[in-house]
Amino acid sequence: MIVLLLAGTAILLALALAGAVARGQGTALYAAAALVCGLSAILALASLASPPTTLVLPLGLPWLGWHFRLDSLSAFFLFVVDLGAAASSLFAIGYGRHEAEPARVLPFYPLFVAALQLVVLADDAFSFLFSWELMSLASWALVLVHHRDRESIRAGYVYLLMAVMSGFALLLCFGLLAGGTGAYSFAAMRLAHPAPGLAALALLLALLGTGAKAGLVPVHAWLPLAHPAAPSHVSALMSGVMTKVAVYAFLRIAFDLLPVPPAAIGLVVLALGGITAVLGVLYALMQHDLKRLLAYHTVENIGIIFIGVGLAMVFRAAAGEQAAAALALTAALFHVFNHSLFKSLLFFGAGSVDVATGTRDMERQGGLIHRMPQTAFFFLVGCAAISALPPLNGFVSEWLTFQAILLGPGLPDWGPKIVIPVAGALLALAAALAAACFVKAFGITFLGRPRSAEAAAASEAEPSSLGAMGVLAALCLFAGIFPAVVINALAPIARSLIGATMPAQSLFPPGAIIPIAAARSSYDGFAIFLLIAAVTFLAIVGARRLATHAVRRAPAWDCGFPDPRPETQYTATSFAEPIRRVFGPIVFGAASAVRMPPPGSMAPARIRVALRDRLWEIFYAPVGGFVERLAASADRLQFLTIRRYLSFVFAALVVLLLALALTQ
Amino acid sequence: MIAAVAIEALQMALVILAAPGLVGIVRAVKARLQRREGPPLIQPYRQIARLLAKEVVLAENASWLFRTAPYLILALTWAAASVVPTFSTELAFAPLGDLIVITALLGAARFLLALAGLDIGTSFGGIGASREAMFASLAEPAMLMIIVTLAIAAGSTELSSIAAFMLSPAAGLRVSFALALVALFIVALAENARIPVDNPATHLELTMVHEAMVLEYSGRHLAMIELAAALKLLLTISIIACIFCPFGLAGPGPVIGLFAYAAKLGIAAVLLGVFEVSIAKMRVFRVPELLGASLMLGLLGTLLLYVSRGL
Repeated sequence: MIVLLLAGTAILLALALAGAVARGQGTALYAAAALVCGLSAILALASLASPPTTLVLPLGLPWLGWHFRLDSLSAFFLFVVDLGAAASSLFAIGYGRHEAEPARVLPFYPLFVAALQLVVLADDAFSFLFSWELMSLASWALVLVHHRDRESIRAGYVYLLMAVMSGFALLLCFGLLAGGTGAYSFAAMRLAHPAPGLAALALLLALLGTGAKAGLVPVHAWLPLAHPAAPSHVSALMSGVMTKVAVYAFLRIAFDLLPVPPAAIGLVVLALGGITAVLGVLYALMQHDLKRLLAYHTVENIGIIFIGVGLAMVFRAAAGEQAAAALALTAALFHVFNHSLFKSLLFFGAGSVDVATGTRDMERQGGLIHRMPQTAFFFLVGCAAISALPPLNGFVSEWLTFQAILLGPGLPDWGPKIVIPVAGALLALAAALAAACFVKAFGITFLGRPRSAEAAAASEAEPSSLGAMGVLAALCLFAGIFPAVVINALAPIARSLIGATMPAQSLFPPGAIIPIAAARSSYDGFAIFLLIAAVTFLAIVGARRLATHAVRRAPAWDCGFPDPRPETQYTATSFAEPIRRVFGPIVFGAASAVRMPPPGSMAPARIRVALRDRLWEIFYAPVGGFVERLAASADRLQFLTIRRYLSFVFAALVVLLLALALTQ
Repeated sequence: MIAAVAIEALQMALVILAAPGLVGIVRAVKARLQRREGPPLIQPYRQIARLLAKEVVLAENASWLFRTAPYLILALTWAAASVVPTFSTELAFAPLGDLIVITALLGAARFLLALAGLDIGTSFGGIGASREAMFASLAEPAMLMIIVTLAIAAGSTELSSIAAFMLSPAAGLRVSFALALVALFIVALAENARIPVDNPATHLELTMVHEAMVLEYSGRHLAMIELAAALKLLLTISIIACIFCPFGLAGPGPVIGLFAYAAKLGIAAVLLGVFEVSIAKMRVFRVPELLGASLMLGLLGTLLLYVSRGL
């Protein structure tokens, strides 16, 4: 199995070479990538429940070799990667034709997908870090596709810095895990028992390194810059898949390589997850660039996933709470799967809108539901799914996370007693704000009247793009109606990482999913779906029987004063204004000033809104300033005489010898 | 099984038939307290019948979403109402009556309503949708924290189990329940666009929220929306009654349960009317403070239960 999967990766690498050589064969390349990834996804799905298999190739470090391992955790994440990549490739068949410089995309896209696959299959620190950096570099090249665009340049720069930081943190983490003997294979790390302090330090480094890739606040800053800058099928891969690979890396280190960490670190993860979820969605609400809005939602959803992961860590550290830990981990993994589906779907929709109207700015869209009805429908499904509305999939994973939160009072310690309910409140707030944000995203982009000539002349996306969106929308519905299928498929992972699973859910007939016990709580997606369908049918039939069928088209009513100018509509900014007034002063230091024209003047009133990115001010600006000062003072060392340089060398030698003498 | 299905069918018919009557009672109480004659109790029924008989005047740029939303909004509200134990816990759909699911179903209805408000592209629709989004973003987490409070005490998020727990002596009097009740009351006012959050009786007023979103609806579409709004009021009252006043639900059988339910609805309608007459409408931007207080009360209730199961 693993050989076949690696053969798929090799084909992708060959495609990357082919993309560099053959110009203008985008369609064939994407079709091939879609086929390979689709087959690979099926293989990964088939090996979810099978025992771990390993493979060593004579590559990489000569004394180490290149270790691969396919267990249930990597099979699940490989499935997520391949499903997302297959959908992205399918979408790109049509979308890629609109790319101005395809030669800047084609070589790196298959390379990126191959690197994503290699990360989840790697079984030693060297191959893992190599694949990880390959993933970073390939995606960096894709971020810089529009390399003359100022925003892209900044995005690429910040992304590169953060990727280096992330790789460095992971390097240190694996260095600590490997110990002095240099046991770089994961198998050796599993057997080693590092001292508790060392293990905790390694885990915190792993949190920093993987969190920076996943978009955990406060190391998220690159994500909303870089994800929108790339072409949309790449944005979908970065948001829907690459962040999940980072989650995979954290799970691999925290649950597999290290011994059970103390609950305190779980609480840190939980708190970070809650803060990330709320801040991510609040930032998203303030955006009017559709793709940047989606990127900030990735930050939010990563927060939700890390809430589940943190809960699992807290429960796992407590005695006798393994079932609760399995529930929390299953909820997190379920959300990983869900988010990879609906975030890719939403980025495809945003890409189609971008192609159709030539802009990502929501303030210039509007009324696209009339000209892009199918895109609008699929995008609406994605919006409803990410807003956790039943009977779609997003609701199930958030419901499961809440069920895990409800098990918190069973813990004996005081820390969890305070942190878990607050995390629950943050999760609830994030979920509600997400719904508000997607009303805005869909309502301003697709509903209303067109706000620009381009939006008025938009046309529907290509069939292949619609097909990719349709498949993902159908999967969102499927996972929402039959969540038992997903939960049962995730059971082997919980069993191998935690040693317990959620109760086995009944598949045929599709029944309620039961997190802990039937008496506690249950959710039956299929029955809810049938109930909604039946009642909708009743409502429509009732209205048809009782009401007249007459419909007359007329100008909008608007309280008797309809104004045909599209500027009179609500914009994305004005839609978010009430929420900005509630949260803005605290989170963004928001200040707004209205300048009214003098009496009698017909000039429009102006409102100026200033939002501050406090996270940037607190975490990034000081570090940046410090590095700049350091660089400025080091500048002075650049123009010295040879005598001075030699004296530096001499001084360094003396210091090192002294250090050696003192430590010996 | 057959009895459960029969009770379920009876409940589904009952809630949709009783909902406009409930609105009628609230209006009558308010009219009497304001020393007006007021419309007769059956006026809401007449209004829905009148709307059903009228043709739909659809804005020229209305999309399919605008035309399908009213049916879906009614259906989602009705689906939520059909799983709440109103007069008996022996419902066929009672296992579906998870409080988080009910909240999410209502959230889905609101999601569609806000989108429908944005569909025509009028400024009133936008104002309603954006304010509704703000209210919901505070009211929904408050509701979820209330649910967490109740679920920790009762050990379940299922309404019938919570009702059974509340009927048992284990429930007792707890501080957290009092906090949850106050918070739930505030959420209920906001969810149903009642005074002091919103005024269901006004049009052409800059403070309106719910009415601004549905301004473009007419004919049978408006009838669906009005019915859904009335149903939501009944549903909210039923949830509060089911949690905090579950008498007659489990033990005595459906007939006594029906009488008890009718009495609860009547009392709640009178109380709501009295409350609405005795308080002024709030400025829109004062509402977040009220809802924030509700969220904090819910969180406080949860924290108390986390600290000690007895509080």
